[in-house]
Amino acid sequence: MYEEHSSEHKEFIRKEKVTKNAVIISRIIILAAIFLLWEAAANLKWIDPFIMSQPTRIVQTIINLSKDGSLFLHTGVTIYETIIGFLSGTILGTFIAVLLWWSNFAARVLDPYLVVLNALPKTALGPIILVWVGGTTGSIIVMALLLSIIVTILNVYQSFKSCDEDKIKLLKTFGATKVQILKKVVFPSSIPEIISTLKINVGLSLVGVIVGEFLVSKAGLGYLIIYGGQVFKMDLVMTSVIILAMAAALMYLSVAWIEKKFIKMR
Amino acid sequence: MDKVVELKNVTMNYHTLDGETQAIKNLSLDIRRGEFVSIVGPSGCGKSTLLSLISGLIKSSTGEILINNEPVKGLSRNVGYMPQRDHLFEWLTILRNTIIGLEIQKKLNKDTMRGAEKLLEEYGLGEFKHYYPKQLSGGMRQRAALIRTLAVNPEILLLDEPFSSLDYQTRLAISEEIWLIIKKEKKTAILVTHDIAEAVSMSDRIIVLTRRPGEVKSEHDIQLTTCENKTPIICREAPEFRIYFNMIWKELDVHV
Repeated sequence: MYEEHSSEHKEFIRKEKVTKNAVIISRIIILAAIFLLWEAAANLKWIDPFIMSQPTRIVQTIINLSKDGSLFLHTGVTIYETIIGFLSGTILGTFIAVLLWWSNFAARVLDPYLVVLNALPKTALGPIILVWVGGTTGSIIVMALLLSIIVTILNVYQSFKSCDEDKIKLLKTFGATKVQILKKVVFPSSIPEIISTLKINVGLSLVGVIVGEFLVSKAGLGYLIIYGGQVFKMDLVMTSVIILAMAAALMYLSVAWIEKKFIKMR
Repeated sequence: MDKVVELKNVTMNYHTLDGETQAIKNLSLDIRRGEFVSIVGPSGCGKSTLLSLISGLIKSSTGEILINNEPVKGLSRNVGYMPQRDHLFEWLTILRNTIIGLEIQKKLNKDTMRGAEKLLEEYGLGEFKHYYPKQLSGGMRQRAALIRTLAVNPEILLLDEPFSSLDYQTRLAISEEIWLIIKKEKKTAILVTHDIAEAVSMSDRIIVLTRRPGEVKSEHDIQLTTCENKTPIICREAPEFRIYFNMIWKELDVHV
């Protein structure tokens, strides 16, 4: 690797780089084409910009919203609620998974309940939560938590269960207690699974947050979308959706980055 | 005769909803202090069950197991167990891996820590103690696994096909090394294996088990004429090696 590369190897590296660049350029072209076509279609009146909006109007909306600071407020609220939701969902879910691992009996008893709760679209519980918790941020966070917690319990419990029996046996021959087995092998060997659950939970919590904001209607990108829809400001709706897509990607990439750092550390 | 391990008429049944399986039937054997005994037998003859019984991980259905003339009740602290794969924890350094038994038994202090480090140094892992398992070769990992077992200073070592996950060359080399370590530390060892050659080259005695339910089929005292400092690899050159090999092969009565 450290020696002079042969010309054959250089050629190989060059080809790899060309392909990589071609992929990146193609991605940018697709994005640009969509926006250009959209803009042109609106200007040429192929579509009604009042209903379909258009890129320049979206940019204008972003500028307007930035000026009064409301863009940052609403984006910040959504991100904040999502982070609280998925962190609490992951932590609480992992904790419940520990309890299930601890008591095989409880796990067997609760199994059908978890299966049903997992299958149930949790967003259907929105109105109930709104009534019980009230029209506050609390409701939104509970929605986000509810969406992520069941998947977390199932995934993390499964990962605990699939911990290598021989590793557990090895610790048992040293006389390990159940707490020691959990601390020394079951939990540490499940950490990659817990982090990948975190990645799933970012997306799920965001669904919970947006549905929660639809219902609570006080702040956040979900609120902007529902408000924009109600007053027929499609520019606002489209803008919010685009910002939401960017925020979601950002959060997902952050967790993926943490995961990569963590895997490297081990 | 100084018996370390004694099994008297041990029977072990496993229960599942589908029925009852007799893994071991009426098995009796003695292991003498300092002996290296191999247990060979057809697949599924309850060899590993036997080790689990001796270590106290599971309780026999009937019969009695004595270690140093005391019945095994629960886990025995005199026994060190070495599994089929090294099972080093990937997230811990070699040193942290080797002291895990001490940590669990709450015996980790300056002296025992020093003891573990000394073992690592003595057996060529001193400079690797802060490495992670995946940075080590299969043979080195296996040695680290043995040191993890030795760190809690057990009297008896139970080796459950400890070389089966290694390739052939590594397997020969590491079985030689591990044998030397065991002899040097003056441990009693019980090795469970499929490999007849490995058993003949390493053992003082070989116990052949029957097909399930496992019973003792025969016992062989291995006496090989080799030079003074015999080791497993030298033993393979002994003229009697082949004779023992063939005898045990026939007794295993393998049909495929």
